[in-house]
Amino acid sequence: MSQAASPAGPASPAAPPPAVLAPGQVPPAGRRWLPTGSPLKTAFYMTLLIGLSILFLYPFIWTVSASLKPREEVFDNKLIPSTFHPSNYLDVWHAAPMASWFVNSAYIGILAAGAVTVSSGLVAFGFAYFRFPLRNFFFACVLATMMLPGAVTMIPVYLIWNHLGFTHPGTFLGLAKQQYPLWVQNVFASPFYVFLLRQFFLGIPREVFEAARMDGDNYWTMFWRMAVPLAKPALIVTFVFEFVASWRDLLKPLIYLRDDHLYTIPRGLFVLLGQYGPSAGGEGDWQIIIAAAVIATVPMIVIFFLGQRFFVEGIATQGRKG
Amino acid sequence: MATVSRAAAPGPGSRARRWAAGFKERDTWAAYAFLTPWFIGFFVFTAGPMVASFILSLTDYDIISSTQYVGLENYRQLIHDPKVSLAIRNTLVYTAMTVPATMAVALGLAMLLARVGRAAGVFRTIFYLPVMTPLVAVGVLYLLLFNGSFGLINRALEVIHIQGPFWTTDPHWVKPGLALMALWAVGANVVIYLAALMGVPQQLYDAAAMDGAGRWRRFRDVTLPMISPALFFTFIILTIASLQTFEQVYTAFFNANTPTGTDAALFYVIYLFQQAFTFLHMGYASALAWLLFLIIGIVTVIQIVLSRRFVYYEGER
Repeated sequence: MSQAASPAGPASPAAPPPAVLAPGQVPPAGRRWLPTGSPLKTAFYMTLLIGLSILFLYPFIWTVSASLKPREEVFDNKLIPSTFHPSNYLDVWHAAPMASWFVNSAYIGILAAGAVTVSSGLVAFGFAYFRFPLRNFFFACVLATMMLPGAVTMIPVYLIWNHLGFTHPGTFLGLAKQQYPLWVQNVFASPFYVFLLRQFFLGIPREVFEAARMDGDNYWTMFWRMAVPLAKPALIVTFVFEFVASWRDLLKPLIYLRDDHLYTIPRGLFVLLGQYGPSAGGEGDWQIIIAAAVIATVPMIVIFFLGQRFFVEGIATQGRKG
Repeated sequence: MATVSRAAAPGPGSRARRWAAGFKERDTWAAYAFLTPWFIGFFVFTAGPMVASFILSLTDYDIISSTQYVGLENYRQLIHDPKVSLAIRNTLVYTAMTVPATMAVALGLAMLLARVGRAAGVFRTIFYLPVMTPLVAVGVLYLLLFNGSFGLINRALEVIHIQGPFWTTDPHWVKPGLALMALWAVGANVVIYLAALMGVPQQLYDAAAMDGAGRWRRFRDVTLPMISPALFFTFIILTIASLQTFEQVYTAFFNANTPTGTDAALFYVIYLFQQAFTFLHMGYASALAWLLFLIIGIVTVIQIVLSRRFVYYEGER
């Protein structure tokens, strides 16, 4: 996979270095991967970093710990709860249709991520492999839409869905109508992933495809048999990124989801904060809200640890758009 | 920005002919087939809605009653709407606090990481974790950590004998608190800067050191120019994102029981969202959306013009 570092297409002089690194590959000029200073200095930097890491992790630790405390002790700021009270999690399960929210988030996330991966993969391959009239113009359109603030299209897109009846109760093909707007748009590719995947496809030597054409592949089988397997790391990046983005989203669920059993986890957490937060009068039942926040966050942490290298590659690629 | 050097252009006639001939090739139609999903998406979910949004901004529309054409009335109204100027001010102040702070902290962390060798991987993971947290949970966390009487931040300040402000209720401290909370999620930028730092060739540092450049000179004259494309990219992206801040602030200040929220936390997109989906002023909200588009466009152009002098692309010149 190391050929990913040599772009096949003619690159403009100012083009950033090629995109996604193959898994496990050290950045090209893997210069400072070894500590350069004296051991004493390195020890100093390490201590500093460990301190900062604790600072960054502390909110997580605090939250998990608070979610296991009884109501009166939530704010005692003790790292280990003096009374363990895991039944907060049972309470939140009873207080709200948590299981439905969880399933909703998961299935919408999978559909959103799957749709965007397939469609963006196709479009990106179209841009990367073929030479055709208006290619640069269309690609400029892709880049331009990346910059477009979501607020401009938000209202008309809502009106389309509303006009089609997808903001009302009811089901369509067995799925709740209100949930369709959360993922259907992904069937039509997303600029950011088109950009990312195109970069990756450009890194595959053209001869690979020419050889496939010689072997009698048509465009489709060439895409499916050659491009997709070679681009697997980038396609996984796309899937994981979009799943996470879909899971974390609050804006669309706020706009489209009206019935509480159709909520996603963030939408549900938002409502729980209103129901159990202090603004509802009194001190509020923070332990319930905190337990729900933990439930909303844990899957993301798990996914991150499973797909860590993909995240780092995907993010680092963004910076090279420069 | 980058100026692509053109190959010696053949006569205009032959170029146009070649261009037109492209449409006869099988390749072209195959390519358009691959692009079909994007074509549909572009027209149905981007270009179409943009046009529709502009037309809507010239009307009064609340979904229930019929549409009234009002010309530029919405735009006139938003100039005189005190909430609009309040929301713009809040958003700009927050952006001016968040963007430089995020860039500075992320660069600091990335430079630390670049000095510890392979161990950097572990720390990079830790710094990235907050980016994964759903923004609703970030909003909840903000309310807890920054609570004036029993939040962790003020408890920590008490230890060093500082009476912390009431972050979530004192209008002067709402935005600084939110900006501090945003710093928790600098991880993505750390990853980008670390990758950029790794790409700076060691020879440049060696050469600079030989010329007697000290630590600061090497940072200013080697590191900064070499990573300036990454800095520039994150500067633009962070600003655009920050001008559209919504979820964590809406969660913390505008949940079900306090629909009016706090004026100090009324950010632009929050006001737009309320106008569109709470009050169903679709026309007015569309005008607000176009004003946001304009503001973002102006800010971005200013950034590009200002940055042109400071961004160095290798291979150019």
